[in-house]
Amino acid sequence: MSTFNRRRALGVLSLAAMLSMTFMATPASAQKKEVLGVAIPAATHSFTAGIVYWANEAKKELEKANPNLQVIVKTAANASEQANQLQDLVTVNKITSLVVFPFESAALTKPVAQVKAKGIYVTVVDRGLTDTSAQDAYVSGDNTAFGKIPAEYIAKALSGKGNIVALRGIPTTLDNERMDAFNAVLKNHPDIKLLDAKHANWNRDDAFKVTQDFLTRFKQIDAIWAADDDMAVGVLKAIEQAKRKDIKLVFGGAGAKGAIKTLIDGSNPLIQANVSYSPRFMYDAIKLTAEARLKDQKLPATTIIPSVLITKANAKDFYFPNSPF
Amino acid sequence: MPPELADSHVSPAARAAHLWGRLHGFGPVVGLLLLCLVGTLLNPDFATLDNTLNVLQRTAFIGIIAVGMCFVIISGGIDLSVGSMAALIAGCVIMVMNKAGAGMGAGPTVVALGMLVALLLGAVFGLIHGLLITKGRIEPFIVTLGTLGIFRAYLTYFADGGALTLDNALADLYSPVYYGSLLGVPFPVWMLVAVAIAGGFILNRTAYGRYVQAIGSNEQVARYAAVDVDRVKILTYMLLGLCVGIATLLYVPRLGSASPTTGLLWELEAIASVIVGGTALRGGAGSVAGTVVGAILLSVISNILNLTSIISVYLNAAVQGFVIIIVAFLQRGRR
Repeated sequence: MSTFNRRRALGVLSLAAMLSMTFMATPASAQKKEVLGVAIPAATHSFTAGIVYWANEAKKELEKANPNLQVIVKTAANASEQANQLQDLVTVNKITSLVVFPFESAALTKPVAQVKAKGIYVTVVDRGLTDTSAQDAYVSGDNTAFGKIPAEYIAKALSGKGNIVALRGIPTTLDNERMDAFNAVLKNHPDIKLLDAKHANWNRDDAFKVTQDFLTRFKQIDAIWAADDDMAVGVLKAIEQAKRKDIKLVFGGAGAKGAIKTLIDGSNPLIQANVSYSPRFMYDAIKLTAEARLKDQKLPATTIIPSVLITKANAKDFYFPNSPF
Repeated sequence: MPPELADSHVSPAARAAHLWGRLHGFGPVVGLLLLCLVGTLLNPDFATLDNTLNVLQRTAFIGIIAVGMCFVIISGGIDLSVGSMAALIAGCVIMVMNKAGAGMGAGPTVVALGMLVALLLGAVFGLIHGLLITKGRIEPFIVTLGTLGIFRAYLTYFADGGALTLDNALADLYSPVYYGSLLGVPFPVWMLVAVAIAGGFILNRTAYGRYVQAIGSNEQVARYAAVDVDRVKILTYMLLGLCVGIATLLYVPRLGSASPTTGLLWELEAIASVIVGGTALRGGAGSVAGTVVGAILLSVISNILNLTSIISVYLNAAVQGFVIIIVAFLQRGRR
């Protein structure tokens, strides 16, 4: 009973504190305390590790520059844990804005909508919600360009003629978007033949096996779209083992630091270009949201961080040796 | 192994039943042969020597782990952590080799050190499992479910979420262990054969092997028969740990890196190989040869799927599931 009373008393007190804060805040909005919650997937592979790294970089930088801004970063191992964290961020941390990288689009739509219903400003990153009214702003990488740029580059490198194979990631909408964009470009190049495309789950070992089998199956391959820098590692090993000389080009993707380093050093003749899809867009999303909120502004409904072609010439701009990705 | 019917004066019906029983024992082999036939029909490249060696070479990891897993399952236990364990060992080996290589330069000693670390870590992890299960009296399912999370989380932590990569000079020095071959057959395949022969020998020709089967078939009776059940069980988990160590020292030179996705779901592939190979999940009896056949069968399925494009790529896992169930059906009837 007494704990109940105490809790209620505390509740009333905090309510009073909040009220007084809002009253105090109203006349001088420059002094407004902004609490920005960041909900992202845990670092289970190098891309999400990059997401976590860049979220923390943004936190460090923004909190240093803005004393009245607090950034709280939460990482979740699955969708339901992330939904719980959203609740905690609202009830315990009393966030005023949220940047969320949803674990899954469909599963997180309702929980995010509930956050927004409490008047909290919501920016969604990368994976779009199924109901866009649950968000104030959307920041994303460019999956279409992720498929389009490699296709254009390969077509040009092969002078519009040749045999290629492709690897795909984990079956998801994101993977489909990339593959569709890739295929759309190939339509304009009828002499380029896509022999097959198989899922290797953004995994080095799976990519190694799939490539081995592609090499057994197809005697003449001119280029391989590995579609990811992790998968490219497995692809290159498989080519090396089979001692195949027919492959002229392996195109990865996302701009992992190892792959960018290879590009800068020119250490592998098969790696000539890459396409950016950096987890750095997490940093951009947090920074854009925080700066807009501190100035009481809104973000545009959709911000696409463009994916661009990386070649030896501009590779240095995409090399972040401290990031795990 | 089921007791052999040595009596030759049996009725034709009994003989037919006996034959049927033996056929069941060959279920995995029959399944594998059928699958190979299908593979050859779908793509003539399937039956080439290169492809066969590719398949055997990539089966080596799971095959070697499955031989160890076979012992654990026959003894009535289970180990869910082998995939995570392999990943963590791979990570530790890479870190140790990079450190040692920086200290004393890249040389064969560093590679040997890395291999030693792999074996040692495997044995130690197995020992910890064995002690927790026997002395700590915790169910093997729970112990290894716990370490499954622990091992992988530590690898992710060491790798900072990214990948641990072996220094180039060391990777070049180490790579023959995976890519090299003797008499035209790659080293990992030799290793798989050696581990399988040793496993078969230990299981069927040594007192320890008999104890493992006795414990799996009736632990209480084994205890009454003065078998040191705890010791045998601990040794079984150490043996599996050692197998994981061997598999890892072959795995590291393949890509020269370890990441949080390394060894993902290996535990299920190893367990499936053992069961498809004719070992009862409840323990007591099993076969090392069947286990190896089971492991080969699993990698042949995905190999065939990669060599053809007759079905949607989204259904690959389903095909694997169907084949596993069909082969298990072929070798049922021992319970």
